[in-house]
Amino acid sequence: MTVNIGDVVPTFTRETGFANWNRYAAVNDEFVPIHMDDAAGEAAGNGGAFGMGNLQWAYLHNMLRSWIGETGEILSMEVQFRSPNVKGQTITAHGVVTAVEGDVVTLEVWTDQQDGIKLAPGTATVRMGK
Amino acid sequence: MSNISEAMRAAVGTVTGRTTSYPITNSDIRKWALAVYWPEQPPALFTDPAVAEKSIYGGFVAPEDLNPFAWLAASHESFIKNAGKLETNNPDNAEIALGIPGPGLKFMLNGGLSVEYGVRMREGDVITSESSVGEYSERKGRLGLMLFSRSISIWTNQNGEMVKRTAGILIRY
Repeated sequence: MTVNIGDVVPTFTRETGFANWNRYAAVNDEFVPIHMDDAAGEAAGNGGAFGMGNLQWAYLHNMLRSWIGETGEILSMEVQFRSPNVKGQTITAHGVVTAVEGDVVTLEVWTDQQDGIKLAPGTATVRMGK
Repeated sequence: MSNISEAMRAAVGTVTGRTTSYPITNSDIRKWALAVYWPEQPPALFTDPAVAEKSIYGGFVAPEDLNPFAWLAASHESFIKNAGKLETNNPDNAEIALGIPGPGLKFMLNGGLSVEYGVRMREGDVITSESSVGEYSERKGRLGLMLFSRSISIWTNQNGEMVKRTAGILIRY
C-alpha cells in the first residue's frame, strides 16, 4: 500500500455506554465508581458516569490495526484524555498521516464524539506491512 | 498552594517494584478482543486457532493494549521497604506504595498514555513489569488545581525482550 501525507485512515466507531464499559471493566478489572455509577461520576464533576480512557486507547489501536494489516506494526502511540466519554456518545477513532519515512508512518490520531469534539488527541507511528 | 511535597519530589526516579503475570492464555486474548471490539466481532486472528496458526505469527498474539496483569498477577515484589497497604480506588495509592504521605486529593482520572512497543505478546508469554516513579507537575484546570503524576513501566517477556515502555499520567484534583 502506498501511503502519502494527508491520507485518512478508515475510522472505527462505537456507540458508548455501560454496555461497552462494563465489558471492558470485566477484562481489565476496572470497576472504578466513576465508570460504574452516575452519582460517583457526577461527584467527580462530569455529570454522570463516564467511560475508561483505556477503552478509547483500545479503539485507536483497533483502527490502526485494521489499516496496517497483519504484517504491519504499531510502533508507538501517545494520547491525552482531555474530555470525558459520557453515556450515549458515539465515539469515532480517527487518523491522518502527517509524515512518511520509508515504511514508517507518523499519524495524528484522535477520538471524537458525534459533534466533532475531540476527546483523546495524540500521535502514533506505525510500520506498514508488506 | 502546591500539592507536591518534598517527599514526592525526592521519590522521582525510584524503582518501585516488579510484577510478573500468569501465562497469557488464548482465553485472555479472546475475551479482551471481544470487549474492545464489542458489539462487533473481533478479527479472527484473536479468536480462531486455525486463522492464528496460518498468520505470520504462527499462533495467537494479543491485541497490543491487552493488560496481562488485570485481576491477579502471579507475583509482585515491592522494592519499597516501608510501603503502605494499598486501598481500592484510593487516589493516594501512588504515594502509599512509596511509603510517603499522599496529597489527599479526592478524585483521580487517567490523564493519558505514551507507549513505545517492542515485540508482540503471544499466547503462553509471561510478562514482567518493572515500575518507577515519573515526574510530578501541576496546572490549573476547570476543576481547580490539578496534580499530574507520571508512572513509568517497562514490560519484558520471558525471553527478556521488551514488550512495551509505558508512561502513564494520573490526574488528581
